[in-house]
Amino acid sequence: MKKVFALLMAACMLLSGVSALADEAVTLKIAHIGPTTGAAALYGLATLHGAEIAAQEINEANGAFKIELINEDDEHNVEKVINAYNAALDAGAQMILGTTTSKPCEAAGAQGYTDRVFFLTPSASSTAVIEDKDNVFQICFTDPNQGSASAQYIAEHGLGTKIAVIYNNADVYSTGIRDTFVAEAAEKGLEIVSETTFTDETTDFSVQVADAQNNGAEIVFLPMYYTPASLILKVAADKDFHPIFFGVDGMDGILGVEGFDTSLAEGVMLLTPFVATATDEKTVNFVTKYQKAYGEIPIQFAADAYDGIYILVAAAEKAGITSGMEPEEVCDLMIAAMQEISVDGLTGSMTWDESGAVTKTPMAATIVNGEYVFE
Amino acid sequence: MIFLDNLINGLSLGSIYAIIALGYTMVYGIAKMLNFAHGDVIMIGAYIAFCGLQYWGLPPVIAILAAMAVCTLLGVTIEGLAYRPLRQATSLAVLITAIGMSYLLQNIALMIWGANPKSFPRTFINGASIRIGQLSISSATIWTILANIVIMVALTLFTAKTKMGKAMRCVSEDRGAAELMGINVNRTISMTFAIGSALAAIAGVLLCSSYPILQPTTGSMPGIKAFTAAVFGGIGSIPGAMIGGVLLGVIEIFGKAYISTELGDAIVFAVLIVVLLVKPTGLLGKPVREKV
Repeated sequence: MKKVFALLMAACMLLSGVSALADEAVTLKIAHIGPTTGAAALYGLATLHGAEIAAQEINEANGAFKIELINEDDEHNVEKVINAYNAALDAGAQMILGTTTSKPCEAAGAQGYTDRVFFLTPSASSTAVIEDKDNVFQICFTDPNQGSASAQYIAEHGLGTKIAVIYNNADVYSTGIRDTFVAEAAEKGLEIVSETTFTDETTDFSVQVADAQNNGAEIVFLPMYYTPASLILKVAADKDFHPIFFGVDGMDGILGVEGFDTSLAEGVMLLTPFVATATDEKTVNFVTKYQKAYGEIPIQFAADAYDGIYILVAAAEKAGITSGMEPEEVCDLMIAAMQEISVDGLTGSMTWDESGAVTKTPMAATIVNGEYVFE
Repeated sequence: MIFLDNLINGLSLGSIYAIIALGYTMVYGIAKMLNFAHGDVIMIGAYIAFCGLQYWGLPPVIAILAAMAVCTLLGVTIEGLAYRPLRQATSLAVLITAIGMSYLLQNIALMIWGANPKSFPRTFINGASIRIGQLSISSATIWTILANIVIMVALTLFTAKTKMGKAMRCVSEDRGAAELMGINVNRTISMTFAIGSALAAIAGVLLCSSYPILQPTTGSMPGIKAFTAAVFGGIGSIPGAMIGGVLLGVIEIFGKAYISTELGDAIVFAVLIVVLLVKPTGLLGKPVREKV
């Protein structure tokens, strides 16, 4: 009954108010949800700041849309993310830009599926984030795509054929990438010579690194976040073991760890759609503004969230979202619109299918002299 | 070759457990309480040393001394504020207080230093590795083993020869009788905490030199494993902590290398259970005679 009423209301508004609304910009209330404190704060702050820059640009352009950005902190915690999600809706959010990290995004996305709330996540990349949920869309690669794209990249660029994989078997992000990497590697004729695991509490990686070294690995694939990766690099340096370390988006941020000896990361490669030192106009504009506002170089997560705001606006335009429209109604309109739009953003040209996964070409950067460089 | 490599890795990890276990065992041996906040004092010590090196530009030795000074003060304060009022309370109350203190310290660190992990700077401790043929031993391992031996000998001599050491042994044996003999029990226990916490600062620096990621939870997992090591070696026994720590490190690495990397932690805690079943007092623990 409520839905019928809402539809009637919407129809009335469309009939009577089209001319009146056209003059006034539509205000989109977008909630950013991500860990702005806690262990993954580096990512949450990056997505928040990226979104803030895009929102500011859109508001200053005085176009058809105004953005009102709401921020809620989930601390990268599956319980707290539900509180953050509820707080965002209470604050009047119509759609969610988030959440930043995979596990919380699975929880919040599932709740949003029941409540009919639209999610566009900049960086949560596990399959479970979009699986069985029509309301969640991704800007970054889904983990399977990151794993298989890494294997493709390694094979196509002839980086080596003997590969060691070290992954966190307590983390869906890490295991998801590992699974498709191993499958794709087999197809591309790459040999996995060593495969070892660790958990969130592990600080000693001597066994894992020794296993890779003793099996003659030329490439060590690290599908993990940067904290354990930095420990692995340190152990490898101590053992005088210098293969090519190949990471995925979680490796982004390793250079930002306070006190980290960046020489350890020299030559490390990572799959990333964004490099702050690229010289195209869009990147330069974004990086300059970001540096001015926050005093640091943006990481990929910031670029993803920056694109996220523009994607939401493009989809909202297509869907005909209006100010004050209820989240339930916004959700279905946005889902349809997302599959029709194509956005040319900082992180490449993107299109979406009904699964919510993005399609774009993989790119890998190398760390040279403490900076990410595209080959 | 791979075996020797793993053995060295095990010694290296074990020496870290041993140095943390020394702090546990020292406090337990004398004050008869499990100071679960020990792992977090280690974390605070590491943060102070990090600040000294990274922000204040102190030479490494001065930074370590500063960390020791802060931790000593912290240890004595914790003992005075939280544990002393509970001297007559049940051991369960003291245990819960210690766990509470552990979380308090973690959250204070979260407030001061934030959650972003920091990388512990390179010092003379984690300099170039030493290579023998194909084997390489990190310099942090050598420093940790040296520190272990020095601390173990110094602690043994201190408790055996000095007046304060004798007072500590008396308090350990019979607190009531010690008090009747004119020993200031509170001062003795304070002193124990001071020494234990100063050791924690050294352990913190060595821990973070070997595994250079520093965050508010840095001390908790190594703390629990070191506690396991202390029980393994016989809690209260200083050489026991050393042997327990080293053995546990070797067991963990061998378990990971030859059984499964996934079961590393499970093996460590399985050892604790087996030891408690077979020899409840640990390898070097004194058998306790119950008076009926």
